[in-house]
Amino acid sequence: MTQDVKVDGEESLRHLIGECRNELRERSTRTRVLIHTGTCGIASGSKQIKNHLVSYLGNLDEGADVTVLETGCCGACHLEPMMTVIEPDGGRTLYGHLNEEGVERIAREHLAGGKPVRDLAIDEGDPFFAKQVKRVTRLLGTIDPYDIRDYLSYDGYVGLLNALKMKPLEVIEEIKASGLRGRGGAGFPTGLKWSFAADSPGPEKYVICNADEGDPGAYMDRAIIEGNPHSVIEGLMIAAYAIGAQKGYVYTRAEYPLAVNILRNAIDQARRYGLLGENILGTGFDFEIEVYLGAGAFVCGEETALIASIEGKRGNPRPKPPYPANQGLYGKPTNVNNVKTLSSVPLIMREGADWFSEVGTERSKGTMIFSLTGSVNRTGLIEVPLGITLREVVFEIGGGVPGNREFKAVQLGGPSGGCIPLEHIDTPIDYKDIESLGAIMGSGGMIVMDETSCMPDIARFFMEFTKEESCGKCTPCRSGIPQMLRILESILDGKGRREDLETLQYLGRMIKECSLCGLGQTAPNPVLSTLRHFEDEYLELIEKQKAVRKRKLRIGDSWGFG
Amino acid sequence: MQQAVLQSRNIRVSKSISEDVGIPEADWESHEMPKKKDIFTVQRILESNMGRKSPLMHVLHDVQREIGFIPPWAQKLIARDLKLSFSEIHGVVSFYNFFSQRPKGRHTIQLCQGTACYVRGGKLIMNQLKRSLDVKPGETTKDGRFSLEIVRCLGCCGLAPVMTVDGDVYRKVNPERIGDILEDYR
Repeated sequence: MTQDVKVDGEESLRHLIGECRNELRERSTRTRVLIHTGTCGIASGSKQIKNHLVSYLGNLDEGADVTVLETGCCGACHLEPMMTVIEPDGGRTLYGHLNEEGVERIAREHLAGGKPVRDLAIDEGDPFFAKQVKRVTRLLGTIDPYDIRDYLSYDGYVGLLNALKMKPLEVIEEIKASGLRGRGGAGFPTGLKWSFAADSPGPEKYVICNADEGDPGAYMDRAIIEGNPHSVIEGLMIAAYAIGAQKGYVYTRAEYPLAVNILRNAIDQARRYGLLGENILGTGFDFEIEVYLGAGAFVCGEETALIASIEGKRGNPRPKPPYPANQGLYGKPTNVNNVKTLSSVPLIMREGADWFSEVGTERSKGTMIFSLTGSVNRTGLIEVPLGITLREVVFEIGGGVPGNREFKAVQLGGPSGGCIPLEHIDTPIDYKDIESLGAIMGSGGMIVMDETSCMPDIARFFMEFTKEESCGKCTPCRSGIPQMLRILESILDGKGRREDLETLQYLGRMIKECSLCGLGQTAPNPVLSTLRHFEDEYLELIEKQKAVRKRKLRIGDSWGFG
Repeated sequence: MQQAVLQSRNIRVSKSISEDVGIPEADWESHEMPKKKDIFTVQRILESNMGRKSPLMHVLHDVQREIGFIPPWAQKLIARDLKLSFSEIHGVVSFYNFFSQRPKGRHTIQLCQGTACYVRGGKLIMNQLKRSLDVKPGETTKDGRFSLEIVRCLGCCGLAPVMTVDGDVYRKVNPERIGDILEDYR
């Protein structure tokens, strides 16, 4: 590895990028084997696979001229453990469901022999990948997250360079023109959000990357940080430049230790290369980043609670207004953005707003990253253009429900979202359209449920979660959610009554309208959306009870209930 | 005379730091003084975090990692050093799931109860663990071997259901094979 070079201006950065590109070209002359060792990969045994491969290659008589690297996850979780073989001519072969014998065959036939093992390889036209448009996740699984030079060789930090050559207001205009909307859940236009913080008086301002990713079922932020940490760092820097901040925080949840390590290492490298610190690229822009650990509180994904947590307090949200853009961390103007949002920013600054808005719909531009999990054949992280239908995602990319089971619903948006049934499966995925169905886009968690899922039980699962995670500050959430939960439990226990459904609707509306923060405002969504689309299941549970009660009243009659 | 009055009114006279504070959830059975080594650890952690603007969360994470939990005597030390009230420190420690006020078992089991894991059988594993270890989530087994924690999503949803023991991630866990997994952890 060549020595660290401190980059102090456009010329030295471009020179460095050129150097890194040359290194990449050199590396590409040998066959490269990329073993995907994100958290999921490691859990599936990818480290053992790597060790086995390396030792097997070492013992091969013919020998094989290959480089074996560890990279982040490439999104096809249903194929773990996986590896990608890239040949000198650029040909890529993805192998999944690896085991020791498979690895040995690949080593003999492909790496030493030069012929890909067709029956173990995943077809290029595999429906999992066919409809994806990989932009933000393009480099995941391709670059080494521990090496900044790998990121640079793919034009890393050019986005930052372009931004620093513009005025901060021009950067904001570019982001506005791209149509990028917050990918954390609310979908607020990012450029507009930045302009609020930019307009607030300085000089002390902060930018925060929200990597709390509390939604159970969502893990794309983790994959991005584990696979391409510099994209997040670069995005945060561009945001800081645009609004005039000198200090940035990445608030990462403690449940992601690998991501935290990789991020800290990346920040360190960026600093050593002069891309963080004082007078970045000779423009007078100073910026420092600190990684801040969460401690297991879902509510700290809400921006004001997150800010309170960084200040060393309990994660209680604060009323908005004042918005963090005016009064945030330590009372200063603060801008909070999600990992996926920030990861998109360097791409926009490098390729342009027009490129970004080429895909997507009228109101929802760009691509969105979803974690497709649950009862579906092909689980994993997918990046699709907004406007694609749910049917295409669940049935074409995901391959539908396994076994002989029937699809029942797809849950979007985690505990703040809702369930969408089969009759609406042809809805295009767009912020407005999803909202009109009673769900939200959310952070990207997409969970497929089959006929064995009881929808009132799913609603109860989410309410239990939000009840536990409620911070307790405001009454509608603190007292309202347990009430809804109690009613749900009584319905599930067979003690429900018809009026309970109206009570749930009423309580739900009240909690939504009166809660202080997003947690309470969206907590009733799972219940309200299942009531809307699956009312018959609730009625069934209640009617069964009515029948039971009737039977009790007519003791002695034989009703033939078994 | 005074003693009798105190006793009749059910008032206890404080004998140690622990009684001073009277927190129900912490482990109060033992009235032992904390080990000197642990006190030094906390002091060292406080010193190393002195330069920060908001050191509390960092300090708590470090104490949790090095001592294994954040006992009330440590909370008192931290309060004194950071010039905050004890109740504020305790408020923060009790708010976040990650921090524990009781000592943990030798091995920590984290069972994911996120949506994907739940939909793929997470409840069954939970019941199995509760039964076979005779422990509730958030508690430690009587022999101090395992602590069971619920985590809301480890981010491995494609491999649901997921469980970790001491940080080792196990995927697609079969409720009937839990015993095999746990056997390795003595």
